[in-house]
Amino acid sequence: MATSTPTRDAYVPPPRQPQKEPPSERRQLWRSRLWRFDDKASPYAYIAPFFLVFGAFGLYPLLYTGWIALHRVEMTGLDSMEWVGWENFDKILHDPEFWTSVSNTFLIGVISTVPQLLVALGLAHLLNYRLRASTFWRTIILTPYATSVASAALVFALVFRADGGLLNWAIGLVGFDDVNWSNGHWTSKIAISVIVIWRWTGYNALIYLAAMQAVPNDLYEAASLDGASRWQQFRKVTIPSLRPTILFTIVISTIGSMQLFGEPLLLEGGALGATGGNENQYETLSIYLYNYGWNLGHLGPAAAVAWAMLALLLIIAAANWFIGRFVRKSAV
Amino acid sequence: MRITRSVAGRRRRTAFVATTGITVTALLLTGCGGSSDSDKGADADGNITLTLADFGQFGYKEAGLFEKYHELNPKITVKEDTTAEEKNYYPKLLQQLNSGSGLADVQGIEVGRIKEIVDTKADSFADLSKTIGVDEWVSWKAKQATAPSGAVIGAGTDIGPMSLCYNRELFEKAGLPTDRAEVAKLTEGGWEDFLALGERYKKKAPEGTYFMDSASAMFNAVVSSSPEQYYDASGKPVYQESAGVEKGWKLAAEAASKKLTQGLAQFEDQWQAALRKSTVATVVCPAWMAGQISTYAGDANKGKWDITSAPGDTSANWGGSFLAVPKSGKNVAEATKLVKWLTAPEQQAAVFKAIGVFPSNQGAYDLPDVKNATLPYFNDAPIGQIYADGAKSIPEAVLGPKDGVIKDSISTQINNMEQRGTSPDDAWDAAVRTIDKAIG
Repeated sequence: MATSTPTRDAYVPPPRQPQKEPPSERRQLWRSRLWRFDDKASPYAYIAPFFLVFGAFGLYPLLYTGWIALHRVEMTGLDSMEWVGWENFDKILHDPEFWTSVSNTFLIGVISTVPQLLVALGLAHLLNYRLRASTFWRTIILTPYATSVASAALVFALVFRADGGLLNWAIGLVGFDDVNWSNGHWTSKIAISVIVIWRWTGYNALIYLAAMQAVPNDLYEAASLDGASRWQQFRKVTIPSLRPTILFTIVISTIGSMQLFGEPLLLEGGALGATGGNENQYETLSIYLYNYGWNLGHLGPAAAVAWAMLALLLIIAAANWFIGRFVRKSAV
Repeated sequence: MRITRSVAGRRRRTAFVATTGITVTALLLTGCGGSSDSDKGADADGNITLTLADFGQFGYKEAGLFEKYHELNPKITVKEDTTAEEKNYYPKLLQQLNSGSGLADVQGIEVGRIKEIVDTKADSFADLSKTIGVDEWVSWKAKQATAPSGAVIGAGTDIGPMSLCYNRELFEKAGLPTDRAEVAKLTEGGWEDFLALGERYKKKAPEGTYFMDSASAMFNAVVSSSPEQYYDASGKPVYQESAGVEKGWKLAAEAASKKLTQGLAQFEDQWQAALRKSTVATVVCPAWMAGQISTYAGDANKGKWDITSAPGDTSANWGGSFLAVPKSGKNVAEATKLVKWLTAPEQQAAVFKAIGVFPSNQGAYDLPDVKNATLPYFNDAPIGQIYADGAKSIPEAVLGPKDGVIKDSISTQINNMEQRGTSPDDAWDAAVRTIDKAIG
């Protein structure tokens, strides 16, 4: 690579003030060495804080969790660890409840991510029009995201309550019977998805909006000259230009739904929340992990669940990457 | 990109890097030990703040005991930190015990956990056997908190002698007697009689009401009245063969199939709503339950409820807690004095008067606050007499380390039988699966 940037070693600093004697050879050598060291080392020092923090709070827990996953460790005796090898993984993989929570996690993930992204895309498209007080609308749309999971889930728990809940009251007005939302297999998943959709749609809409505004206006002008309608413009210009952004939001939402925890935990709260309902009907992987580690006090299997979640995420990421590559290739 | 810098600029930068590095290192080094413990020990004037961590409702605040202690010991202030649900409190306690930091000077421990603590963490707590009047308690209460070494690691607060709370108004509408002596007579023969009474209730029951709130509560009551519960004396889990569990399960399945229960998970929202709306006619009532009922049923239902003795002739205990003093505290001696005072007869009687949790200290039973106690909310039921009679004859039960989790798992499955019509066999299999996971 040919650049005109002079290398730092070649740069000899001019003396700051005229000196009677030029600095000695030795001194100059020392200085340039120090300089070279500064140049090479400083960037590492600048990024070091992140890596130190990451090492302490990211990497170390990750590896230590893996270590725990191979041991029998009880919450009541963290100091005594007994090597059991793959036994913990074996245990969770043969636990029907684990597979229930895997499928729950995926189902809730799909029925929350898909509508959420579609609605976000539509909202972003609307916000992209010339609007009166557009900043106001953009701010409004982000407010659910700024709410804490806990308070949102608690409010929605009131909405979805079987007894005197807001939603049951509303459908009662139309003449339907009460629905025990958190008790049913599908209704509980829908209830949780609604909370997730409510919280994250605005966030994704803003990401889409930012990407839409980066789409060159010429494309739309050319398209409208060719007689393309608004809808055709949206389909043929906006969506293809947004493809990388859409992929990004899919990845982010997938990671988010894998870690779904607060919403299901608080839907019913208490003992039922901690086991994901009476029949684990809305137990997600995070709840399963929480229950194993914190309620039952067996940290080994809980750590194994954490690693299983990581493995699942990597599989999803790989699938995403292949699909993305396939889509890009077929688009060319 | 062209980089030009003056020497001075570079020097400044090097200095900046150095200071940043030092600062970051310093922050990392000090970060973890950030919160200093200086406020725990005595200050210059010898003033001490004792912290007490508990869960649910211990009743000290309601009885004004902390203020009183401060009056008696002007240099000592007690700060209470209450977690609403024991389920959230206990994991936190274990974490703090493991890390040895964040513990309060006094920690509450629930009876369902005491065995696990005694088995695994007895070393972390001060031995109270010499400092507090262990002999005054009902005998089995002391045994529950005694480690193999003989150390007593928790002072008994309350116990939960069993009674039956019933809604007089609903009983009357259903054509059942409302007098507490008559109700007691009808269920004299035990829990089978109780279910028979339920069938009588169901025949003329006001619409939308149920005989009992939850079959799992009855299950708990039956198991609690049995000397053999979930573990045998050698510490082996025997819940699958235990006579008490088997009897309780059979009765619960019967109640579910006969639809005598509303199938509510106790203490959850819908259970609270059922009390508010008076849709349940009976609630199995350990002493502390009376407080729960009056809280959730509210002032509107005052006087409608009554209390009578529990079905059958064997008394039972359900619940009760302990106060323990972690050894790592800075004021172990002062904390022990506080625990001794809080669990002394007079104070236990005061708590009983305030919120109705029944003393474990037998010395309190003859105090007027207990002996003559009546609950206006429950039609002036003579609770002091009802509970004291029961408390003295409760059989000693064997506790196990996972009692709490086993009870919860079975309750969940009983709830499935009531709510979803799960067959008793399927429900039992599911319960065994979760329990084995918990024990394993």
